[in-house]
Amino acid sequence: MKITVGGETREVKDGITIRELIKEENVETPEYVSVSVNEEFAQKADFDTFQLKEGDRVEFLYFMGGGC
Amino acid sequence: MKVTIRKSDYERILEHARREAPLEACGLIAGQDHDGIREIRKVYILTNIDHTSEHFSLDPGEQLAAVMDMRKAGLKPLGNWHSHPASPSRSSEEDIRLAFDHTASYLILSLMDDAHPVLHSFHVEKGVSEAEELEIVQG
Repeated sequence: MKITVGGETREVKDGITIRELIKEENVETPEYVSVSVNEEFAQKADFDTFQLKEGDRVEFLYFMGGGC
Repeated sequence: MKVTIRKSDYERILEHARREAPLEACGLIAGQDHDGIREIRKVYILTNIDHTSEHFSLDPGEQLAAVMDMRKAGLKPLGNWHSHPASPSRSSEEDIRLAFDHTASYLILSLMDDAHPVLHSFHVEKGVSEAEELEIVQG
């Protein structure tokens, strides 16, 4: 099936979970990444069971912060 | 990597950072990469949810909304900016520790000398921060 990741089209297996997609996309430091699906944040506790569907739009958002 | 920012965008973040001082101000940058030049075409002003003078964290909801706006405008997320109200424009230990995206440019605006604000851009990877060439261009 086709989904969009970071604005780019990806061909992935049917029913891929967010956790599997994180691995497939080689997302670095995933513990600091939020994931949105169709502009809604997914809960980290659901990453293993949240299955993506055809046409879903996924964004990986790094935590951004710092000091001085 | 050379980074360019339009004067109007620079002045926009400067004005906001001065207004927020002594709290840190922050936001995102977006634009295009081409021929070794990272051209910032839009700056986003986001809420520092830490509301302190020593830290910043972007509001995740605003971050998502900004990224969606970038997608619609055909712009690429290029990194972020934040202010150092009372310290130099250099990556602090915390800035380096929390720079998880090594593809990003990290702009730091120092207001330490308010009459002479200083903006630098940094690339941070594997715990090392290196300055990027930054040019403020007309526009």
